[in-house]
Amino acid sequence: MTPDIFLDDLERDALTEIVNIGVSRAASNLRKMVGQQVLLSVPSIDVVSQKRAARLISERELPQLVAVRQDFTGAFSGRALLIFPHEKSLELVRAVTNDELSAADLIAMEHEALTETGNIILNSCLATMANMLRQSLSMTIPVVIRGDSATLFEATDATAAEAPVLFLYIDFTVRNRNISGYIAVLMTLPSLMALKELIAAFISRVLSSDG
Amino acid sequence: MSLTVLIVDDSKLARIVAAKALSALQPEWQRLEAGSAAEAHDVFAKQQVDVALIDFNMADKDGLELAAELRRDHPGLPIAIITANIQDEIIAKARAINATFVPKPITKEGLEGFLSGAALSLRSKTI
Repeated sequence: MTPDIFLDDLERDALTEIVNIGVSRAASNLRKMVGQQVLLSVPSIDVVSQKRAARLISERELPQLVAVRQDFTGAFSGRALLIFPHEKSLELVRAVTNDELSAADLIAMEHEALTETGNIILNSCLATMANMLRQSLSMTIPVVIRGDSATLFEATDATAAEAPVLFLYIDFTVRNRNISGYIAVLMTLPSLMALKELIAAFISRVLSSDG
Repeated sequence: MSLTVLIVDDSKLARIVAAKALSALQPEWQRLEAGSAAEAHDVFAKQQVDVALIDFNMADKDGLELAAELRRDHPGLPIAIITANIQDEIIAKARAINATFVPKPITKEGLEGFLSGAALSLRSKTI
């Protein structure tokens, strides 16, 4: 399913471009933290039910996942997640701590290192997007959650699970390290409508002669 | 001196932004667009291109691969790689194929240095 009923071609193009720029900045920051090149996919943008979003991730991954989640509010609101298969999470912690920690310290540091990594990645991605749309977003404190993809994308109530959401996701891998994961952003329909207006304003700024 | 610039980006909007910055800086230059690496090769096969602006993150083939292919056939072509992805490896690869790095989103200021350098090097060749 495509978001074409919500976004026209140029709006979709603009959103992909904005997400691309946001994620590229985030990847540049992650690269500084892990000391290895971070490879990104081109963003996928779909409007699906929350359940379907969870399924899109679970179809590709083992059931046990670790995620850093931050909610954002402002002109548009939603939830951003940095998701790893469970077994890659310690490898990420090892990478961001320069392989200097003992196995015991690694486990002790895991929660904090994941939170901080998620904070840097998700913030650089969302802040870049907000700046391009000339909006400010407030971000909650990052939380680490563990479970299957249904837990990660858990809706607040039963009806919300069926409600359509804008689902953006990007795969990333870290070269020379056994690390891969996803950056995912979920937005509900009212937020998508607000976002659509901001994208339209962004497009008209781009198309106007004064730039 | 009127030159022909090819803008390669899979985003139509990004091509519009690049074209606007270009027309503000070099209004006489002819602007061509390609939405993929394959389209870019088609343009090069058909006509003379003097300068190339290439997006890094494209779906079918990334901009560095395209730039490396173009470099083989066009050793003197000024090429800019356009990206927000400022990782060391990408910068190093761009340098290795003698391409310039231009940050995304494109602004007049970001593009200015590359374009004047390109104009200068092309002018010095024709003298």
